[in-house]
Amino acid sequence: MAKKANPIGYEFNKGVWGENPVLAALLGLCPVLAVTNTAENGLAMGLATSFVLISSSFMVSILRKVIPKQVRIAGYIVIIATFVTMADRFLAAYFFEISKSLGPYIPLIVVNCLILGRQEAFASKNSIFRSLVDAIGMAVGFTWVLVILGGIREIFGSGSLFNIALFGDWFEPWMVMILPPGAFFTLGLMIAAYKLTNMKGA
Amino acid sequence: MKKSLNIVLVLTLITAFSGAFLAYWDRHTGPFIAENKRIELEKAIASVLPTHDAYTTRLIDRRTYYIATNKGEPVGTCFRVLGPGFQGNIAIMVGVKPDLTEITGIKTLEQIETPGLGTKIITDPANKEDPRWFPKQFVGLVIDKAITVLKNKKAVGPHQITAITGATITSKAVAKIISKGVSKYRQEWEEHVLGKED
Repeated sequence: MAKKANPIGYEFNKGVWGENPVLAALLGLCPVLAVTNTAENGLAMGLATSFVLISSSFMVSILRKVIPKQVRIAGYIVIIATFVTMADRFLAAYFFEISKSLGPYIPLIVVNCLILGRQEAFASKNSIFRSLVDAIGMAVGFTWVLVILGGIREIFGSGSLFNIALFGDWFEPWMVMILPPGAFFTLGLMIAAYKLTNMKGA
Repeated sequence: MKKSLNIVLVLTLITAFSGAFLAYWDRHTGPFIAENKRIELEKAIASVLPTHDAYTTRLIDRRTYYIATNKGEPVGTCFRVLGPGFQGNIAIMVGVKPDLTEITGIKTLEQIETPGLGTKIITDPANKEDPRWFPKQFVGLVIDKAITVLKNKKAVGPHQITAITGATITSKAVAKIISKGVSKYRQEWEEHVLGKED
């Protein structure tokens, strides 16, 4: 590597904040928008994606010198799909209700560009340790955004958080928040708040 | 030549490993998944035919019918019907009396209707006294004719239900799916089961 390697703390923090996969890179928006109607769904999706991302980065980093360049994408996809299938079967076996409410979005993690992106941009070029740190940072960054987004939508759209009712009978749920437009509104405001915070810091 | 051989070898090894691993994983999780599905099915049967204590399955023309009994006496038959709703397919478990006269209950198994409006076909949180007022309307409906849906009017007849305010399309879809499924069931049942006994 000609370029000087970044400190390891940077590789972790960039996923959590600086290059957050959702707020900065706008990657993997399909699950971000589609499943975050409750905080619980957001958390489950975040954890499933984290598992796939961390395991795939680990495997791809181990095999980075073995996989020929010409077929690397095919190789990555097979590795990712294996871990996605594992996660899907695991949820269906032990968390049946969550698996039902996430529906096809668990198998669709295969095509989440966040995961393939990290393999191509990082795990295939870096050591196992650095790839793991990078993947964990990105996974944390992805998960916290999904939980906050799901939490905001659940509070306004259903009047509850993690299925615990927050308000009395007077509260009229904002239907729009659990519908697709609510996801766009909330994510837009979150990105605006993120940009604003970064501008102040600069 | 050597290079292409390497490509083939590496990809084959990766896929073989992942295939073998998934086969192992499937043996672990498979029984749990099958058990979850069985519990879900039994819950659905129990909710449309609450008096049953056992059931047998019967396959007619690639459709599965669950024949429920209580101490050996038939209490009804239930089956899954599927049809288009407002946003996607709705799958419903429908129970009918053994003499093919009345619906004993319905339960929605799968749906992707509008949250808060169309989802009232399962429960209506706004109706505090009776959140399940919509599915309950189907209990006791006579199945010789198609079900009609009334808007903003109280249903009285034996073939009528009241639509959900704000989800008329979903309400009509549910009625249509059930009417169609039940009439097909009657026809098949009379042909294959009752016909044989004559």
